[in-house]
Amino acid sequence: MALRAVKQFLKMDVRTVMNHKATWWARASAATAALVFAGVAHAERQLNMKLPVTQAGQTMYDLHTLMLVICAVIFVGVFGVMFYSLYAHRKSVNKNVATFHESHLVEVVWTVIPFVILLVMAFPATKAIIAMRDTSNPDLTIKVTGYQWKWGYDYLKGEGEGVRLVSNLSTPQDQIFDRTAKGENYLLEVDNPLVVPVGKKVRILTTADDVIHAWYVPELAVQQDATPGFIRDTWFKAEKVGTYRGQCAKLCGKDHAYMPIVVNVVSEADYAKWVGEQKKKMAAAGDNPDKTWTVPELVARGEKAFAANCAACHQANGRGLPPAFPSLVGSKVVTGPVAGHVDILLNGRAGTAMASFKQLSDVELAALVAYTRQSWGNKVDEIVQPADIKAIREGGKPGKQAAAKANGAAS
Amino acid sequence: MSSIPHDHAHGHDHDHHHPTGLMRWITTTNHKDIGSMYLWFSFIMFLAGGVMALTIRAELFQPGLQVVNPELFNALTTLHGLVMVFGAIMPAFVGFANWMIPLMIGASDMAFARMNNWSFWLLPPAGLLLIGSFFVPGGAPGVGWTLYPPLTIQMGMGMDMAIFAIHILGMSSIMGSINIITTILNMRAPGMTLMKMPLFCWTWLITAYLLIAVMPVLAGAVTMLLTDRHFGTSFFNAAGGGDPVLFQHIFWFFGHPEVYIVILPGFGVVSQVIPAFSRKPLFGYASMVYATAAIAILSFVVWAHHMFTAGMPVAGLLFFMYATMLIAVPTGVKVFNWLATMWRGAITFEAPMLFSLGFIFLFTFGGFSGLVLSIVAIDIVLHDTYYVVAHFHYTMVAGALFSAYAALYYWLPKWTGHMYDETLAKWHFWLSLIFFNITFFVQHFLGLAGMPRRIPDYALQFAEFNLISTIGAFGFGITQLLALYIVLKCIKGGEKAPAKPWDGAEGLEWTVPSPAPYHTFEEPPVVR
Repeated sequence: MALRAVKQFLKMDVRTVMNHKATWWARASAATAALVFAGVAHAERQLNMKLPVTQAGQTMYDLHTLMLVICAVIFVGVFGVMFYSLYAHRKSVNKNVATFHESHLVEVVWTVIPFVILLVMAFPATKAIIAMRDTSNPDLTIKVTGYQWKWGYDYLKGEGEGVRLVSNLSTPQDQIFDRTAKGENYLLEVDNPLVVPVGKKVRILTTADDVIHAWYVPELAVQQDATPGFIRDTWFKAEKVGTYRGQCAKLCGKDHAYMPIVVNVVSEADYAKWVGEQKKKMAAAGDNPDKTWTVPELVARGEKAFAANCAACHQANGRGLPPAFPSLVGSKVVTGPVAGHVDILLNGRAGTAMASFKQLSDVELAALVAYTRQSWGNKVDEIVQPADIKAIREGGKPGKQAAAKANGAAS
Repeated sequence: MSSIPHDHAHGHDHDHHHPTGLMRWITTTNHKDIGSMYLWFSFIMFLAGGVMALTIRAELFQPGLQVVNPELFNALTTLHGLVMVFGAIMPAFVGFANWMIPLMIGASDMAFARMNNWSFWLLPPAGLLLIGSFFVPGGAPGVGWTLYPPLTIQMGMGMDMAIFAIHILGMSSIMGSINIITTILNMRAPGMTLMKMPLFCWTWLITAYLLIAVMPVLAGAVTMLLTDRHFGTSFFNAAGGGDPVLFQHIFWFFGHPEVYIVILPGFGVVSQVIPAFSRKPLFGYASMVYATAAIAILSFVVWAHHMFTAGMPVAGLLFFMYATMLIAVPTGVKVFNWLATMWRGAITFEAPMLFSLGFIFLFTFGGFSGLVLSIVAIDIVLHDTYYVVAHFHYTMVAGALFSAYAALYYWLPKWTGHMYDETLAKWHFWLSLIFFNITFFVQHFLGLAGMPRRIPDYALQFAEFNLISTIGAFGFGITQLLALYIVLKCIKGGEKAPAKPWDGAEGLEWTVPSPAPYHTFEEPPVVR
């Protein structure tokens, strides 16, 4: 009866109390109770690794169990001896104090035995590494690009070739700031998860656009740094359909905690269907870079792009968090010549947190220019069309004609 | 060279007309004064770093953002690391070295007394630069104490302040090391051969060589960061032909020996304390010395085990895994030797002994989690998670900090002339031990479940253990104020300490009165 009450209390402690406005005291005393009755609530807690769903992960898991057992046995043995000695040889009982201080035999023995134990550990560990690093003959190759603070996925080779996703955190800000209850997958949910087929060898190439990130999914037993300017690889072959969640593991700046990874492992048929949908979506995407957009169209499109890409630093109200993240209201760049504005979006600004956003589409970039120039009291008419961005990317300058056209559309 | 202490002693003529008040401390060249200043500085930095740690834990008390914003959180994790490693732990052991090495080897002072003064007085400006970086535009750098570029390149001027602080701290460490090496090699009392020297001196001698070898490497690495930031070089920028991973190699070539710089003097302290309270000579003195040297040498060839996820050829992974595993052998020898020292001794449990036992128990635990992490396949899943955070706090807090407390209580009667309050000191130990484990043991579970380190906010599955860990951390933090109270109380008064307050203690430091006079061993003692 009492036990059940404690259990109930503990469950409440984490799952509900945390999300509501409980007093600090209630939480602290709940935690103290949790400590005292730690044994009771074991079933509720993740004490070991989650069981990986890949062969390599299973090998790793077993290796960890082996290590744990060996270490535990040695630990108990060694400290059994120590605690026995502390008990039996304390001054009040041991009247027969020894004076020995050397024994070559003993010292050689306890140098050699640990060495042999290490050899026992090293053998399976070596086999595991060699299997782990074999990235040859993949069924599917995906390039993973780390951005501050989101992931880009390019399906390079295999079924789905050409699909491109950008994966952003989808947890609302209100949950982060405790204004609403936190959802089940708080901080581990994204708008566009990576989708891969079950039972296929997926090779992941990692790189980054700005700083070092790390692509880490525990249940796939994969962690690989994504280093700007370099390509590294890893692989996995998931053997169970399901959703596997991970996070960026390398400190990458302000929103390091907010760039999760979600991998949907689906059946082959579902995967084929998903690829079909993606292809259709890409073809039908309303973002036609060749048409001439009106200013309201661009501004509306820009608001979305701003929320997804810029608001984390420059804030939804455009005022930023100076000095690290400057305000865009009346900013020299935003209200100045459009060429400089496009340049900073495409190339970032060295030595500051402003990264390059060249991964965005021409339409998105043009829309961002328009939105920032026409919002929060900014009223600058000089904007660009997607076609201009394309031209700049290819090494040109924005056409005077295009800028004039935009002015015309604004009036 | 061996005649220096002799001449020095005669030149003094026993009139101590040193300045008083503040000028005494600014101009002092006395190893005892400088040792005390090192220890106080280190304790102040320890409290500063502790406040940062508690702010971090407060933010992690529950999911969501409540206390600090992510930029400040990153700055706190960075500065907590830098302040604790460079400001608290290292100066603490240099303080013990300054106080005790001359007393232990029968020297009248350190070899370079004026340089000793300077190597201390470099520390406060460096500490101010580190702490001050919070108050400049852009704030303190939020890059982690490992300072990995290119993130480092994005930071504001706080980053430059941290770089200069590291330069200054490095200079101070190198000068301190030169001083310690010269003192130990040249100023031992007649008859004290190297292999008769107390183990604390041995571990410091080896540590000092490590410092001289790797501090310039760190200085080079941060200088390259500085020029990348301001002078257009591209050492670590792939777009300019550089390589961000190069920094990691250089940093960890410094960083791994650094962890032994932090722990080896602690090994030395424990090797003094265990025999004293077991009333039995240290078991395997020679193998202790060789094991220390072996650890120091191995520490130069294991650095890339911090980078198993950076991308390395299989041969590289294997080499660094094997080399890392090998360190378990000499470390094991040390633990076995301590156990054999206690075996069939007459053991009592005063505070220094308790902290040493806590050290052995928990440091070995941290050693085992290190062994688990050395296995590449496992490290891939645990790298940069809370498992690593738990691992290195077991070695740094339960290792370095506990051994520092052992040293403090062991030598405090010698410094103040009073016995400390044994009951309170025991409370200090037991509370520290319990709260330490509440704080860090549960972090193993967080890491195994996949919680990355250095995040201000986390998924709900990690909530319970974070809450427990935060409660432990606050308990641990508050307990440390008890140490301050005990030390102040001991300075003010207490039972008078005899020259040798511990009946099992051996060594020259116990032949001088307590408190140790301002000048000791003006005539070198003779060791047989």
